[in-house]
Amino acid sequence: MDINILLVDDETDFVETLTKRFRIRKIQVASASNGPDALKLLEGQEFDVAILDVRMPGMDGMELLRAIRARHPLTEVIMLTGHASLETGMQGMNLGAYDYVLKPADFDELLDKVRRAAERKALNARAQQAGS
Amino acid sequence: MIESTGYTKLRVKMILTTLGFSLIPLCILSLVIFRQFENAHTAKIVQNLNHITENKRRTIDLFLNERLSQLMAIAYTHKLEYFLEDGTLERVFTLMQARSKFYIDLGIIDQDGNHVIYTGPYQTIRTANYKNEDWFNQVLAKGFYISDVFLGRRNYPHFIIAVSRRDGDKNWILRATIDSDIFDSLVQSDQLGANGDAFLLNNENVLQSKPRFGAKLLGKMDLGSYARFPGVRTESITFDGKPYLFGLTWLENKNWMLVIRDDPAEELTPLAHTRSMVWFILLGGLVVIGGGAVLTSNTILSQLVAAEREKASLNVSLTQSSKMASLGKMAAGVAHEINNPLAIIKEQAGWMRDLLGEEDVKASPNFKEFEESIGKIEFHVNRARDVTQRMLGFARQLNPVQDDVNVNDVILQTITFLQNEARYRGIEINTNLQKDLPFLTSDPGQLQQVFLNIIDNAIDAIGKDGNIHVATMAVHEPDEIIITIKDSGPGIPKEKLDKIFDPFFTTKKVGEGTGLGLTISFSIIQKLGGRIKVESEEGHGATFIISLPM
Repeated sequence: MDINILLVDDETDFVETLTKRFRIRKIQVASASNGPDALKLLEGQEFDVAILDVRMPGMDGMELLRAIRARHPLTEVIMLTGHASLETGMQGMNLGAYDYVLKPADFDELLDKVRRAAERKALNARAQQAGS
Repeated sequence: MIESTGYTKLRVKMILTTLGFSLIPLCILSLVIFRQFENAHTAKIVQNLNHITENKRRTIDLFLNERLSQLMAIAYTHKLEYFLEDGTLERVFTLMQARSKFYIDLGIIDQDGNHVIYTGPYQTIRTANYKNEDWFNQVLAKGFYISDVFLGRRNYPHFIIAVSRRDGDKNWILRATIDSDIFDSLVQSDQLGANGDAFLLNNENVLQSKPRFGAKLLGKMDLGSYARFPGVRTESITFDGKPYLFGLTWLENKNWMLVIRDDPAEELTPLAHTRSMVWFILLGGLVVIGGGAVLTSNTILSQLVAAEREKASLNVSLTQSSKMASLGKMAAGVAHEINNPLAIIKEQAGWMRDLLGEEDVKASPNFKEFEESIGKIEFHVNRARDVTQRMLGFARQLNPVQDDVNVNDVILQTITFLQNEARYRGIEINTNLQKDLPFLTSDPGQLQQVFLNIIDNAIDAIGKDGNIHVATMAVHEPDEIIITIKDSGPGIPKEKLDKIFDPFFTTKKVGEGTGLGLTISFSIIQKLGGRIKVESEEGHGATFIISLPM
C-alpha cells in the first residue's frame, strides 16, 4: 500500500531527516514548515496522514488540526507533542486526531502509527465511496 | 525565628504604657482630692480660729464695757460730797468687789490731780498727784479712760479705768484699778488645744496678758505692726522658727489687739492621716495596676508569639509552594527547548542506522563501530528524553483536574504497571486496602504519578528480594484517607531524611534517577491539599505516609 504523508514542523533539520527516513521506507512525504503552507499543499493534493507538531510559531498544531479536520476530513492526523502530559494528546484526540506521539519520538512507533492511520483513512475513504 | 530581645522590649513598652496611662490619672486624682481636702480642712481651721477670736474679743469688750458702765453708774448717781462722807467709798468698793473680785482699789481725784479719797491696799498712793499724768488729761478730755497694763506705783500688774464727772463748774474723777490677771483667764481657755496660745497686745506690741508660752507679761511680742482694722484677720506667721496660724482682732473699746495662736501641726493631724491614706491607696493602686499590666502584657505576648509561630510555619510552606511553582515553570521551559534538538539528534541517528542497512556500508571495516556508536547515541538521547519528560511532568501538576477518584483503583492500576519489574527482582507487592474507601475529588493521573514514583523508588531501594506493603485507610477528624507505602529496603539515613523531597536530591547512581520524583510527588500532594511524610530508620526500611483530604 502506498502511503502519502504530510509532515509539518518548523524545525527544518527534523523535517528533512524524517522525510529521508520515510522515503527510504517507500513512503511519500511532503513537508511544510508552518500551518498556512501545509494548508496550501493540502489544497493541491490528497494526503493519507498528516503529522503535525503542536508547538509552531504563528498557527500552532491545534489550530491546523482544526482546519484540516474541517476541510479535509479524510486525512488522518497524528500530533507530535513535546508535552509529557496526556492532556495535549487527549485534547488533540478530542479534536479528531488519530493519535499522538511524544517528542522526541521513537521512529518505529511513529511509523507504526502512520501505517495504522493510513489504514483507517483507506477504510474511511472506501466507506465514503460506498456511501456516496 | 522569634527574637526574644524584641519581645522583651515590646513587653517593657507595653507595661510602661499601661502603667503610664493608669498611674498618671491616679496620681492626678489623688493629688486633686488631697488638695481639695486640704483646702477644705484649712478653710475650716481658719473659720474655727475666726470664730474663737471673735468670741473672745466680744467677751473682753463686754468685760471692759461692764466695768466702764459700772463706774459711770456709780459716778453719775452720786455727788462728790456723798463719797467724801467717811466710809462711803469703802462701802461702794466692797459692793463692787462682791460682784467682781478683780477690783484692786478705788479712788476719787479732783480736777487738780489730787487724790481726794482712796480705798484699797496701797495707802501710800492716797496723797499722790496725777496732774501731769497723761491718763489724767485724757479722762478729763474724753470723759473716760482705760489704761494699758502697767506696774505703776503699786508695783503690781494692773490697769485702770477712770470716768470723769462734771458737777457744776467742778470736775472730779472716779478711778478703779483692776488686776490684769483677769485677762489671762478671759483670754485663755481649753478651746486652744495643747500648743495654742492667746494674749493681748497693745499698739506697741507689749503684752497685756500673760501668754502660755514664751514672753512674760509686759514683755515684747513682735508679730509685725498692724494698723487698726475691723473684724478678724487670719495670718500665717513664722514664730520661733515654726509656722503658726494667728487670729488677730482689735478690741472695740481699747487699742489692744487680741491674738489667738493656733498650732497648725495639731490642727493638721487629720490632714496628715489623709495624706498617708492617699499614699497608701496610691501604692496599693500601683501594685494592682503593675500586676495587671504585667499579666495583660504576658497574655498578649504569648498570643502574639503563638500567632508569630503559626505565621512562620505558614511562611515556610508558602515558600516551599512558590519555590515549586517557579521551579516547575523553569523545568518546563528547559524541557521544551531541549526536546527539539533531542528529536533531531534522534532522527539523525535513526537515519544513520537506516543507511547502515545499505550494502556498501555493511562492507566497511568500521561497520560494527558505527552501529555501536549509533546505538550509544540513541541510548543517551532516550536517557535525556526521560529527564525532560519528568521535568515536564513536574511542571504539569500546576493545574490539577478534579475528578471522583477511588484511591484503591489507582493504587491497583499502578501496581499492575510495576508488577513485571518487581516479580523479575523477586519483590512481592502486597496490599491491605480498606474495602469501602470513600471516593475522593482529586486528580487520578497525578495521584498515579505519586504512587508510581514512590513504589518505583521502593523497588529501586530494595534492589533484590523483599516486599512492599501498600495500605489504605479512612480516618475521621480530620476526614482523610491515609495511604502508607512501606518497603523492606535499607531505609534512609537520618541526615538525608529531611532532604529527600528536595529537587535533584538522589541516592541513585548517575543516569538512573533525576532527583525529581519525590519533589514532584511532594508538590502534587500539596496541590491536592494533602500531606506526605516519610518515616525511616536505617536498616529497617522506609514508610511513606500520604494523607489526602476527603
